[in-house]
Amino acid sequence: MALVVEMQDPKGGVKGSEQKLNVTSIPYVITGEHVLTWITNKMKSNTEEAQVMATMLVAYGYIYPIQNHKKLVMCNDGTLYRFQTDFGTFDTVDSVVAMMKLNIRKKGMLEAYEQAHYNHLNKWLNHKWDFIVMQATEQYKATKERKKADRVVLDCQERAYWVVNRPPVSGTDTFFHTALTHNIFYQQTIMRSRVKSSVSLGALVKYVTTYKNHDAFLAPCLPSNPWLTNNDNYWTLNTRRVETPTKMRVERWSFSLFELLTDLRGRDDFKIFLKKEFSGENLAFWEAAEELKWGTASSMSSKAETIFKTFLAPGAPRWINIDGRTMGMTVKGLEHPHRYVLEAAQTHVFMLMKKDTFFRYLKSPTYKDIQKKALSPEAQNFSPAQIEQNAQSCSPGIHPIILWQQEMEENAKAAAASAPVDVKAMMSKMDRKNKHILEFMHTRF
Amino acid sequence: MCDQTFMAATFGPCESCGKPSPLMNIYIKNEAINYCSFCVELMACQGLQSGESVASLKRECESLKKKLEEERGKLNDVELHQVADKIEVLGALAIKTRRVLKGHGNKVLCMDWCKDKRRLVSSSQDGKVIVWDGFTLSKENGISVPCTWVMACAYAPTGCAVACGGLDNKCSKAVAMHTNYVSGCTFTNSDNQILTSSGDGSCALWDVESGQLLQSFHGHTADVLSLDLAPSETGNTFVSGGCDKKANVWDMRSGQNIQSFESHVSDINCVKYYPSGDAFASASDDATCRFYDLRADREVAVYQKDSVIFGASTVDFSLSGRLLFAGYNDYTINVWDVLKGTRSSILFGHENRVSRVRVSPDGTALCSASWDHTLRIWA
Repeated sequence: MALVVEMQDPKGGVKGSEQKLNVTSIPYVITGEHVLTWITNKMKSNTEEAQVMATMLVAYGYIYPIQNHKKLVMCNDGTLYRFQTDFGTFDTVDSVVAMMKLNIRKKGMLEAYEQAHYNHLNKWLNHKWDFIVMQATEQYKATKERKKADRVVLDCQERAYWVVNRPPVSGTDTFFHTALTHNIFYQQTIMRSRVKSSVSLGALVKYVTTYKNHDAFLAPCLPSNPWLTNNDNYWTLNTRRVETPTKMRVERWSFSLFELLTDLRGRDDFKIFLKKEFSGENLAFWEAAEELKWGTASSMSSKAETIFKTFLAPGAPRWINIDGRTMGMTVKGLEHPHRYVLEAAQTHVFMLMKKDTFFRYLKSPTYKDIQKKALSPEAQNFSPAQIEQNAQSCSPGIHPIILWQQEMEENAKAAAASAPVDVKAMMSKMDRKNKHILEFMHTRF
Repeated sequence: MCDQTFMAATFGPCESCGKPSPLMNIYIKNEAINYCSFCVELMACQGLQSGESVASLKRECESLKKKLEEERGKLNDVELHQVADKIEVLGALAIKTRRVLKGHGNKVLCMDWCKDKRRLVSSSQDGKVIVWDGFTLSKENGISVPCTWVMACAYAPTGCAVACGGLDNKCSKAVAMHTNYVSGCTFTNSDNQILTSSGDGSCALWDVESGQLLQSFHGHTADVLSLDLAPSETGNTFVSGGCDKKANVWDMRSGQNIQSFESHVSDINCVKYYPSGDAFASASDDATCRFYDLRADREVAVYQKDSVIFGASTVDFSLSGRLLFAGYNDYTINVWDVLKGTRSSILFGHENRVSRVRVSPDGTALCSASWDHTLRIWA
């Protein structure tokens, strides 16, 4: 490291100059020839040793070639190089990887200052992502403000750094690493359970048979395929909040709980059934857990808190009935919420709904009712002339942004309407009122 | 429907560093341990110090590979075309071009449908990203991206946004930052997260709002060219395919590589899940498309013909999973019968390579994007 600092000394170091690379002028460029000459003189070594030394410097990333950044050798000619700027800019993960490799090469015998650095970096790793994100954001912002010349340089620097410091594909050290990771992976793969071909292939075939009539390429789309006839009745009959769905749509809800929940119109119907059974909290919890999983990173902890208060806390207004072990694990996990903290509980609830509630729904009056009401549109046959005419009057339909806004409004309304009555609060309110009356009566009489 | 085997990832304190995080359950010398992904890496590095030699690791690798093939073979009791014998043959398909979308000034590299079943977004080599209403043929929006070769574009689930990425290594106003080109991007179940695949050999999951990297997926040894999210109730896995001829299945929560398939003999250009989520198909430069069963853990069909000699660049399934649409570099789209393994139809029309095919969300149409500067909608 000290050597590198000396090399950069403007007075006694390697002669640098400005060079043109394509269209941009890059400052402080050195040629391979100059570097080697300087090392030979300084170290009083021969050309061969200087060559080795210089190549090491390039391999470790202290110096990097401007153009062919993958060729990490020092060439004794006019090939252009630059010094890597202070490693402070590339701290944390990049440094850790470098340190780990150094550790391995030296077989654990790091120098005192290196060991201190390693320990320091280890602590940083616990806050790994936050720091990297911060760094990356800062770097990106800074990059934008720099002049073009500097930006080209920085870009080269980063590329070179990555070429040197990211897990390389070849080389003995990395072979160990790759081989070991492969072996770990193979062992895991051998251990995992797999299914008999007859079973899994049978299931794939069953899927095709089930959905055959719903595939527009295999069976006619009723009333007509919009792309063929230029008439969009098919889409108007199947909108998100249509009052009466089509028979095909209702049939599809019966294929699986996944289908029922994915079609929001089906989910609405399922909710009607659940309300009648007073068992809406499972689905509500599942929806809340989905929102947590797919929400923004910043909303995580507030959502987790709300979910805990609403569904999991003892005496919660919409308490879900899950087994003790899952409940315990989930509550503990909520102390440090992350987006998958509810995974176990959500799976449990989903399986409950899938194996029990879903089938009761299919047998229920709610479902039978909607099946009866559902529409069976007649096939519309247009003549080629009519198809032409239809093309003229194609409507743009409702824009998805508007649909989404409507959906948000409806969700807000529904949430307000179904806000669970806090029974406990009400009871304690009534208690206080009663107590007050009794006291009043005592004083009176 | 089919009983899903749920991959329950464990969460809890890592047995090495003690930090609570998604854990990888791995076996070392037949002993099960639970480490977080960072400690697994550390351990892999430290393993070198325990005196393992190159030769011993190589030997172990070979024997493990053999054992894996044995295990896979034990359950291989029937072939797909045998099970498909009972299914009736497909009738003749009358698929024709119904719309031609003209407007791009250069090769169209990617397209994606909006959930409203009629709008779509496409990106091209001239840096333009266009949002179309496919039904009325109108261009609703045009965005200019400051880089050429916009290789990936995706429509957000709510229909309120689009994401794109390419040679500038970024995805959409720097949500995702890779060290090489972005080859594919897709939104997850919400507008808040994007999954990207890159030429730097990794895939990554990003939080859109903050640009934070949520999870990275390492395991490919070459450029990753394509990825697809599983359409399952758990929604926790995705498959990626790359230039290392491997197709890997990943767990989004832990970053772990769950399954890997290596049977193609050339770069895998595209991967797509079967609608049930239990299988997927891949398209490759070796002129074949292959079908993999995830539960049986093996390749179950190869779609190839002597007359098909050009590489396949893209695949997608029809709604029922019976048809596989594959776009090739010989300007055609072949329609394969997934179960019987035969070619059902060929679609002619494009005047240059087909770069992307996608079936619309309600299965009523197929859209294809091509280097001939146009998109076609078929039905």
